[in-house]
This record gives sequence, C-alpha cells and structure tokens, in this order.
Amino acid sequence: MSREVRTKSNLEKVLASGQFAVTGELGPPPNASREEVVEKAKHLKGNVDSVNITDNQTAVVRMSSLAAALILQEQGTEANMQMVCRDRNRIAMQSDILGAAALGINNLLVLSGDHQKFGDHAQAKNVFDMDSVNLIRTIKMMRDERRLLSGRELPEGSEPRLFIGGAYNPFADPEDYRVLRAAKKVEAGVDFLQSQCIYDMPRFKKFIARAVDMGLTEKAYFMAGITPLKSLGMAKYMKNSVPGISVPDELIERMKGVPKEKQVDEGIKIACEQIEEMKNTKGVAGVHLMLIEWEHMVPRLVQEAKLGPSQRK
Amino acid sequence: MSDFEPRIIAFCCQYCAYSAADMAGSMRLQYPTNVEIVLMPCTGRFDMLYALKAFEGGADGVYVAGCLEGTCHFLEGNLRAKKRVNCLRDELKILGTEEDRIRMYNLSASQGPRFVEIAKEFTEVIRELGPSPFKKNLAA
Amino acid sequence: MIVAQRKPFEELKSFIADKKKVLVVGCRGCVTVCNAGGTKEVGILASELRLDGQAAGRELTVDEYTLERQCDPEYIEELLELVEKKYDAILSMACSVGPQFITTRYKDENVYPALNTCFMGGAQQHGIWVERCQGCGNCVIHLFGGMCPISRCAKSLQNGPCGGSSDGVCEISKEVDCVWHLIATKMMETGKAETEFGPAQPIKDWSTSRDGGPRKIVREELVK
Repeated sequence: MSREVRTKSNLEKVLASGQFAVTGELGPPPNASREEVVEKAKHLKGNVDSVNITDNQTAVVRMSSLAAALILQEQGTEANMQMVCRDRNRIAMQSDILGAAALGINNLLVLSGDHQKFGDHAQAKNVFDMDSVNLIRTIKMMRDERRLLSGRELPEGSEPRLFIGGAYNPFADPEDYRVLRAAKKVEAGVDFLQSQCIYDMPRFKKFIARAVDMGLTEKAYFMAGITPLKSLGMAKYMKNSVPGISVPDELIERMKGVPKEKQVDEGIKIACEQIEEMKNTKGVAGVHLMLIEWEHMVPRLVQEAKLGPSQRK
Repeated sequence: MSDFEPRIIAFCCQYCAYSAADMAGSMRLQYPTNVEIVLMPCTGRFDMLYALKAFEGGADGVYVAGCLEGTCHFLEGNLRAKKRVNCLRDELKILGTEEDRIRMYNLSASQGPRFVEIAKEFTEVIRELGPSPFKKNLAA
Repeated sequence: MIVAQRKPFEELKSFIADKKKVLVVGCRGCVTVCNAGGTKEVGILASELRLDGQAAGRELTVDEYTLERQCDPEYIEELLELVEKKYDAILSMACSVGPQFITTRYKDENVYPALNTCFMGGAQQHGIWVERCQGCGNCVIHLFGGMCPISRCAKSLQNGPCGGSSDGVCEISKEVDCVWHLIATKMMETGKAETEFGPAQPIKDWSTSRDGGPRKIVREELVK
C-alpha cells in the first residue's frame, strides 16, 4: 500500500512505502545541556525512523522542543517535534511552525498539552488559544493552501512542508467517541497518529477495527504506542494510577509469575509479542516506542522485535 | 482566677434541651447560675451571628443544645446547627481564641439530669479557659 | 450570578490594622445569593472585626450597611450620608465592581475589597457553587449540547475531550467532571454523534472575550 509522499520526511517515506514504521521518544533535559540530548540520541540512532521530541511534557520546563529536535537531527536522526496548545497563542504557533520548517524540521506532532497544574509552574496562565484539532488544520492550511490564519499568502516554495502528527486515545468510555475524535483529527488533515501506551490488545483491536471500517486508516497512518513493563510494580502503577491506560489482569498475573530479576526480560518479551501482533493487525502502520529515561533499552527492543531501519536490512 | 464566674449563653431547642431544663427544675436539680438560656424553636434557627453577638456582648462561652441526632422535630435542624457551630469553632481559632468557647450538645427532653450535667461541664470548661479575650476591654 | 468568597480574615485584618473607624458595605445582588456579601455576611464580618479589636484592646468602630446593589451609581449615591461621617476604611463586600464604583464616586475614601470575586456560575446545591460561564462574548453552548467548554473544560477546548479525560473526570482533579465527556456522551445518547459531535468546531474568535481588551456595551435607546 504505497501512498503519495508530500514532504521530505523520512518517517513519511517509510510509512508511504508500506513498511512497518517505528518511532521513538526523547524528553529534552530540564537544562541547557546539549550533551544530554546527544547522549540519549545515541541509543535511538539507526534503531528508529524518527524520534518524538516532547514539548515541556507534564508542564515541567525543559529545553525547547525545537532546540532539542535540531540537536537530535545533527546527530543523524529525524525528529518529530512536538508542539502543545498550552503555551502558545496562534501568533506564536504559526511563527514557530515557520521557524521549525525553515530549520529543517520535517515532522510536527501536535497535542493539547498536560494542564500546568501538574508541572513545576502551577501558577502559570495557560493559553489554549486553539486546540489540537485546529492546530492540525492550521498547519495543513499553511502547507497545502500556502496561507496563514490571517489569510496572508505564503509565496510558493516558502510554505512549511511538514508531515503532521497527532495523538489518539483508544481507551475511554463510551468507546465510540474516541474513534470519532480521531476522525476529527483525520478530517482536519493529520498525516499520522500515535497512541499512548497500549497493554489491552483486545480493546485496542476493537478500536482500530472501527477506524479501519470508517476508512480512517486509509487517510492517516495509525501508529500504536508501546512501553515495555519494567516490573510488576510498574504494571500495577500503570493500571491503577495512570488515567486512560488499561492494563489487563492477565499481564499483571504474567509479571507476577516471574522472579523480580527476570521481570525486565518478561516485560520486553510481552512488548515483542505485542509488536508482532501489531504488525499483523490491519490498520496499524507502525509502533511508537515510549521508553522514557530508558532509552538504552531501545536497541535491544528493536532487535528482539525485529523492528526499524537496522532490521530492515 | 478563682473568683471568675463565667457568663454562658445556651441556645436551647424547645423540644429537648429547654424541656429538659424544665424537668431539671421540677426535679429540684441545681445547675450553675452562670448559664443563661435562650429559647429556640429548633437549633436549626441558630445563626452564627447570635453567637458572635453574644461574645460581643460579653459572653465567655456559648453552647447550642439540640435534640439527639436523628430525632430533630424538623428532621435536620440540629445537624445544620452542628455545622454552624463547627464553622464558628474555626472562626474562633482564626480570631485567636479557644474553639471550645463554643460547643454543640445533643440531648432529649427526658434527660433533665443530663441537662444539668452539660451545664456543669461547660461551665467548668469555660472557668478553666478563663474570661473571654473579647471582653477584657469592654466597658463595664 | 457572580460568585465570590470572603477574603481570609488575616488579610482583611491587615487592611484595617491602623484604622479606627471602619464601614463594611454589603450588596444585595449576586453576593447575597451566594452568601458572600449580603446583610448577614456584613454582620458576621463586622462582628468578627469588632471582637478582634476588643481582644487586641484597640479602639475600633465597625459600622454596617448594605446597598441594594453596588454596580449602579444610583445606589452608591446612598452612601453619601455615611461617607460624610468620615471612615478610615470602607470594606466593600460586593464583587470587585462594588469597591471600584465606591472608589470612583468617593475619591478620598480608603476602599478595600473584602471579597475575592471568583466566577460566573450557579448553585449546584445550597453551599456548592460551580463555574458555568467565562463571558467570552459570543455564546455557542447550543453547539455543545448546552454545556460550555470555555468555562468548564480546563483547557477551554473547542474539540475535546483531550487525552487527560478518564472515567468521565478531568485530569486536573477527580472532583472535576470532564465537560467534554458529558458533551460527547449526551450527543451519543441523543443520536447526534455524527451530526453534532462529528464536525470539528473552528478556531474560536477570542476578540469578543477579554482578549479584545476591556469591554463596554452601549445601548443608545437607553442612554439619556
């Protein structure tokens, strides 16, 4: 299933060729250390097709996603620069979109953004001038219609050629509206969508089947989020304390069944099985590996799951 | 401090505490003369301002005596009074004095001796706490 | 109504720390309804200030007065006689409009806000008030199942719910309903999912909101 390639994005090229894509994630440091970004990037290079660079995630101040994305790209790995709606109004957003494209960013992934209440600046005034659906529309308009929100035209060749990303949440009740919300993003013009961590495969498959039925997976690439469980404790924490994440009891039991020192191996094994299942699920175009502060495990995971550029020969 | 005689205002519900006081009287039971009773149709009529005005007027302590929980003639007047008393206890703390200068008690009309017990107990509490800090500069 | 809440006692005390004659002015409008600044609350605050002054052994007179409203100059005029008695401080227990109107009319007076003005909302039940409107100047709640995502969504999303919505509650607190969950559920249940939840709302024009600067309404037919 080869699709038209419209940007210079490596991720788009891989997805359009019909290969099973893999993306990683890198959180910029809460300081100005270029070295920290370079260090984390080492584990990802050659193992994934592109890497999400988070934008002040959990509303904690960090190096800007654009800066960290550029450092990553200098190391030879493509970035999916993230942009949240929390901190910028439409003026700053469009300005940053133009700037990012000019500096060689190919992928821009947009999110609403965690509420600042959770971060280290709970006293901040939030912006939310527009939401993620409208930000997707805006980027698409800038790219395809060569227009800013003001209506001002962008001269041919000066438009931001960005591959537009977004997020989707397959788990929420009533299940139906999550598909409809993903549909809104597809309608708005998103090119690829990544989900949060998936553990509940039956529920995920139900979601993706619905998306396939609605023709959504033909219009945008749906990638499935994977985070290997590190321990039984993490499995329980994910199940009980992280909103919107569903961990089936079978997985908890499975982690319980292995001794503590073997739990990392078991977690990786479960992730590999999930990835294998994803590869064989219609509508899933790739996986998004979220190994936050565990980047050094990425090479092992992609090798064991037979994923990514290094495994495609 | 031994000659300190506290002035106490008791807001008593007619259905319980007030009747209990009557009964104590007919049983010839003695209770401290420090306690001045204000008749209420129900402690649900008790207003925070009444207590504040009592303190402004020189009271050393205030208590509200209503029916046993679940037996209010007007269903939940005594529960509302309890919330107001609790709120006042917080306010008293903010004003820098002891929260125990105001209390809520519950009893039934047949508990004449209990009425006397409460009057004695609260009088002792206030005697222990000493004069209200609000009246030390009040014109005599 | 405008929902307000009394400021902490310590803060109010600090306003009048060096004052001897204080006037507490209430308002019979919204703040009476939300039990923050009506006659009764004026009485309670005045009484507490007097008690505090008595405990500190300082000379302090606190007078009380409640106006019909503090957001119309006609009623503010009513204070003239009182103001002539020369108070060292006037504590207004109206929403923040009140103390501003009093200050404007009586320029020499020391006017302080006794309340924190919180939001436009209503009583969910007696004693519990919830925010329902943010005064964006262009009401579109009919597009959202009759619910306002501007005031009720922590992110004012036009196209929710976001990923932080879980089990019907908002990511900011389990005490806060996710309004987008309510909107979406209502639309699903009433068969309007495709027609009303489906289409994405456009970017909101905030120029009618506070973002357009301080607002003013002029009704020529009413102006003398």
